[in-house]
Amino acid sequence: MRAIRILVRSIRDAFKSVFRNFSLSIASIACIAITLILVAISLALSSNVNHFTQNIEKELSIVVYLKQDVDENRKNEIEKEIKHMASFDSLEFKSKDDWKKEMEQSLTGLEDVIKEMDSNPLYDSILVKVKNSSDLNATTNAISELEGVESANYGKDSVDQLLIIFKVIEKAMLVIVVALILVTAFLISNTIKLTIYSRRNEIEIMRLVGTSNTAIKLPFEFEGLFLGLIGSIIPVLIAIYSYIIVYDHFDGYLFSHMIELVKPNELLVYVSLILVAIGGAVGMVGSWHAVRKYLKI
Amino acid sequence: MKFIDIKKCSKVYKNGVTGIADLDLEIDRGEFVFIIGTTASGKSTLIKLLYREEKPTKGMVIVGGINVAKLRNSKVYKLRRKLGVVFQDFKLLPKLTVYENVAYGLNTLGLKGSEIKPKVMEALEHVGLKDKTRSFPNQLSGGEQQRVCIARAIVNNPKLLICDEPTGNLDPDTSKEIMDVIEKINKELKTTVVMATHDKDIVNRMKKRVITIENGIKVSDKMKGSYKVHESN
Ligand SMILES: Nc1ncnc2c1ncn2[C@@H]1O[C@H](COP(=O)(O)OP(=O)(O)OP(=O)(O)O)[C@@H](O)[C@H]1O
Ligand SMILES: [Mg+2]
Repeated sequence: MRAIRILVRSIRDAFKSVFRNFSLSIASIACIAITLILVAISLALSSNVNHFTQNIEKELSIVVYLKQDVDENRKNEIEKEIKHMASFDSLEFKSKDDWKKEMEQSLTGLEDVIKEMDSNPLYDSILVKVKNSSDLNATTNAISELEGVESANYGKDSVDQLLIIFKVIEKAMLVIVVALILVTAFLISNTIKLTIYSRRNEIEIMRLVGTSNTAIKLPFEFEGLFLGLIGSIIPVLIAIYSYIIVYDHFDGYLFSHMIELVKPNELLVYVSLILVAIGGAVGMVGSWHAVRKYLKI
Repeated sequence: MKFIDIKKCSKVYKNGVTGIADLDLEIDRGEFVFIIGTTASGKSTLIKLLYREEKPTKGMVIVGGINVAKLRNSKVYKLRRKLGVVFQDFKLLPKLTVYENVAYGLNTLGLKGSEIKPKVMEALEHVGLKDKTRSFPNQLSGGEQQRVCIARAIVNNPKLLICDEPTGNLDPDTSKEIMDVIEKINKELKTTVVMATHDKDIVNRMKKRVITIENGIKVSDKMKGSYKVHESN
């Protein structure tokens, strides 16, 4: 019971303190808010890019070109062998005549040239889908080893390039966020230091009358935690509202259904939790530092 | 074992100044002891050793069974709960009322409001301030403020009351009042009192045990003593 009363008292003291030094508190709160807004943007971006690349990879087929001299028998055998592969999902045969027709339709202006060709220089092909996009590479390699296969590949390069660009952005964001977190922790520590200073008479009396060190420190540690938590409220609200607005505005898709956005309820719970956790943690680290450094007891 | 037991105790400050040198001192439970000496003789240093504001450089200090010399910083509060301290400057919290100032310590110890109230009222009764509970320190005279401090010091029924020149800021009449309060506490509550002072009148009038310190060294220890610092030279 005593412990609970000490806890309640500390929380009340910490709360009073946040508002008593409001001009200082607001600086810490603003700084943590800005930091967390950046964190939120990074998180929303990265989960959308992940989602997008996963979707795209799901759509990717391996295009397997067969050698010109492969006959119907060998073709069937190759199909059978592909079907036995662990990650095999589905396949579709696309003959060189199909390719030719497709080209005639898409390459307007060249259709006459293509029609005039008496032999078809293209290859018969098999389009293969895999169950798991992470198996794309291995499966592609395995298929190209098969006898009678001219080549096998998938749209790897474009996806990889996108991922590389995104990794760079992600790293830059991380550096900025870490720097901001350090600045925030320092600001919070400074705020707590001033609280400690302004309450030095009370601290002296508490020490004199035998208040335990824990009970003396607790209000200051709570104060940092509160600054962090209050600072995370605004970013959480901003994240929720703006993401929902963006999502609704685009109907959940960017670039006419090319990119599907992550659904708000999937993303926002997790983002909010992370923001609150970071806010609280930074606040606690800041106040812990101040208590260690400036509260000599 | 004596209530306060100091053996071969020295305190040398970081800057090399000796506060107390090779002191032996025993004080029984319930005693009333004056510590006297000229300025900078080491009175406050001795007082600070008792409530572990300073650690002895050498020797042993035992207060109420606690080995103060070996007490870790994080455990000092255990000692402080067994004693009360009164200073020349009152150290009251200006934004709190008399009642809140006295209750402050008990609050931070996590006591219930209903446990705190009778203790605070009893302490205020002992110092004769029961009717000023709602006043703020700046609405009180110096003597009244010091009485609030005494109430704060005794509110948790300590075995030991330590005073460092409690009358240093007060006129003779008020000083006498304060001394009456402290003497009453010593008699009625059997609280051991150790008081540093250089108020000749008080010491001579009260005929208590007097310990004289010069340059950090104990030069005399007399029962029913009087203020004779200069005669002892
Ligand atoms: N924190 C400190 N650091 C260094 N030296 C100190 C410290 N406190 C006291 N001293 C020195 O120790 C000596 C004894 O000081 P102390 O305060 O005990 O004297 P005192 O008898 O209480 O004097 P007064 O009657 O003026 O209060 C003095 O020379 C003083 O300068
Ligand atoms: Mg002194």
